[in-house]
Amino acid sequence: MLTILKNRKMIEIILAVFSTVGAFSTLFAAIGILRMPDFYLRLSVTVKASTLGVGLLLICAAIMFPDVSVTTKAIAIIFFLIITAPIAAHMIGRAAYFTGTPLWKGTIVDELAGMYNEKTHKLESDTEQDTADDSLPTSDNIANTEEETK
Amino acid sequence: MITLETYFDYVILPILAISVMLVFIRLFKGPAVVDRVIALDLIITIGIGIITVYSIRTNQKVFLDVAIILALIAFLGTVAFAYYIEKQKDD
Repeated sequence: MLTILKNRKMIEIILAVFSTVGAFSTLFAAIGILRMPDFYLRLSVTVKASTLGVGLLLICAAIMFPDVSVTTKAIAIIFFLIITAPIAAHMIGRAAYFTGTPLWKGTIVDELAGMYNEKTHKLESDTEQDTADDSLPTSDNIANTEEETK
Repeated sequence: MITLETYFDYVILPILAISVMLVFIRLFKGPAVVDRVIALDLIITIGIGIITVYSIRTNQKVFLDVAIILALIAFLGTVAFAYYIEKQKDD
């Protein structure tokens, strides 16, 4: 009886810690998407922190219910989130770069500038770029003021 | 002595609700369309977390099925938005 009680206490502590960390990292993702100066920084904050937070909350549910089906479902959702979140982020970031979303004013280097073919949306390598350098206009997406990306 | 149930009710759920409100501000004012797309994606992801906590509190494991569907819809919505925003520029 005593060991069961101790176990129960143990599980409650684990649940409290996991849910606290999960909720706070979700909160940090929300603050990040509101406060970051630029779309790309917002994207990079959001995807990682929210995946971690929701994953920890789902682990809480998996521990809480003493049932195999719930654990399977929770693991399936976590797996799905971990697989799909980077794909969605990459696709939306690529679309944003093509549509000319400005980078933050303090950006030091933009290695993609002038590397994308505007027509075919293909990434061109550096050696081809040297010969056709004069013909392609090197578009600079870095914003001039803070207000452009706010 | 605070129990786990009251902790979920009075700490975890309010934190998640505040996060949704903060993301909603970005959804409302985001300068570009892509900002709104990722704000919507994040709102749905936080919604999955809220559904999970709610299913823990009410002891109803059926709600986790809704979370699976929402995760699928968030991914498909973001991919579709990205696809059409990228196509839009060619015209």
